[in-house]
Amino acid sequence: MAENIKKIKTAPVIHVAPSPHLSSMALTTRRMMIDVVIALIPVVLTALYVFRWYAAKQLFICIASCFAAEMIFMKMRSKAFSLNDYSATVTAIILALSLPGTAPWYVGVIASFVAIGIGKVIFGGVGMNIFNPAMVGRAFVMIAFASAMAASGYEDSASAVDAITQATPMDAFKQTGITTSLSALFWGPTNGSLGETSAFACIIGGLYLCMRRTASWEIPTGVIASVVVFAGIANLVNPQSQWTVLHHLLGGSLLFGAFFIATDPVSSPLTPKGKFIFGIGIGAFIMLLRLFSGYPEGVMFAVLLMNALTPLINRWTVPRALGEQ
Amino acid sequence: MVDQPTPLERFVQGILPENPVYRQLLGLCPTLAVTNGMKAAVTMSCAVAFVLLCANVITSLIRNLLKPHLRIVIFTLTIATFVTIADRFLAAYMYQMSKTLGPYIPLIIVNCIIICRCEVCASKQSVLTAASDALGQSIGFALALSSIAAVREILGTGMFFGWRVLPISWPDWVIMVLPPGAFLTFGILLGTVNWIGSYRSEKSGNR
Repeated sequence: MAENIKKIKTAPVIHVAPSPHLSSMALTTRRMMIDVVIALIPVVLTALYVFRWYAAKQLFICIASCFAAEMIFMKMRSKAFSLNDYSATVTAIILALSLPGTAPWYVGVIASFVAIGIGKVIFGGVGMNIFNPAMVGRAFVMIAFASAMAASGYEDSASAVDAITQATPMDAFKQTGITTSLSALFWGPTNGSLGETSAFACIIGGLYLCMRRTASWEIPTGVIASVVVFAGIANLVNPQSQWTVLHHLLGGSLLFGAFFIATDPVSSPLTPKGKFIFGIGIGAFIMLLRLFSGYPEGVMFAVLLMNALTPLINRWTVPRALGEQ
Repeated sequence: MVDQPTPLERFVQGILPENPVYRQLLGLCPTLAVTNGMKAAVTMSCAVAFVLLCANVITSLIRNLLKPHLRIVIFTLTIATFVTIADRFLAAYMYQMSKTLGPYIPLIIVNCIIICRCEVCASKQSVLTAASDALGQSIGFALALSSIAAVREILGTGMFFGWRVLPISWPDWVIMVLPPGAFLTFGILLGTVNWIGSYRSEKSGNR
């Protein structure tokens, strides 16, 4: 058998391959991932400014453990280990930015290993995962260490960093009905997951991603549009609520999730129409979870749920070939 | 008729080469549901072992009376008899455990391991072979259940059989005692068993 294969390989052949025959050398995984890292810079800087060494510690833990996990699991699959495509870096940064700064060190380590191992490598590595790896890791620790990851886990009244001593805006409203000012939600000096507090930083990075076409604009547009619609309906039903549509848009990890997590090209649908449906679904799930579940925020579960529906959406939105009836 | 496996072969095959959980992927409902603690897993394994042994022996004794089109009904009735005995026994002498296992003891009736063994082995072979087959399969099932339960109990609560094996500062991985932990642990252990299998067969040159 092996000899036959060798023969076929060495025989002179006419090169026949399915299209596309021309591909842009610039459009590589590596370039896209570097784009995401660049887009994350304003978010990382805000996190470092607001949370100080809490953010630095969490970023360091996640990046180090994601690299270690990547190395170990790639070795187990006897594949060449390389960090050159920056996908592990992106997973690590997004994961770190989605964790609370106060989380103990093992939360970041375990989340990283689950993200790379169960989220990515087990499905076959980069480009094969059906769920967003960073969100798989976060969901695992969220359920495993409920006390460290629940809303109360974000607060530490003894902390020297101002933001950490407050309740997160989403939780403060859910538990006690206290609203946070829109400017605080926009600029970000509030408590929350490291990357989510500043809507401004997320918008800057997100617009860069969309302009570079690394992220498809349909997904964040779909998310935001459906959140606006559902939050609007919620406000009409309950007009005395202090938490307006704008609070829903700027608060929590909505913008961070819409621009950086939902736009993962691997686990989102292929066609523009599919992407729009995907975004609308995420927005709808977010509002469902925010309004009716016990959790103050639902971006992570919304993204994971829609990831599971991605193959179905792909099947619904197969584009019609030219001339086909 | 092809040569039927001997009693010894049946016994050995049930433990690892044809492990009911890791190789045949049978009886996954109790495997996933009752493995969040070693005590529950061991009780479950014992109940299955008792039912499997009795059902196999009885089926083997009456194998010449079986009508082919009625055999599944007879298997199920035989199994149900012994499941009822096991269920009532647990409720009488181990009430707390019977509460913990809940519906999973009565559900042994539809456990496909037992029907499968009656069909494959007991309805065709002698009592001795059927009994040793039942023992081998039960040991295999117990091994699978306790391996999953050990991982889940140690990581999820830091305890083993209710004894603390990890330091008190161990952060409990709550997810491991919840249903997702069962799927993750089972999947990873199944992968490991397959990996060991393929590694072995590669080494012995079967590929």
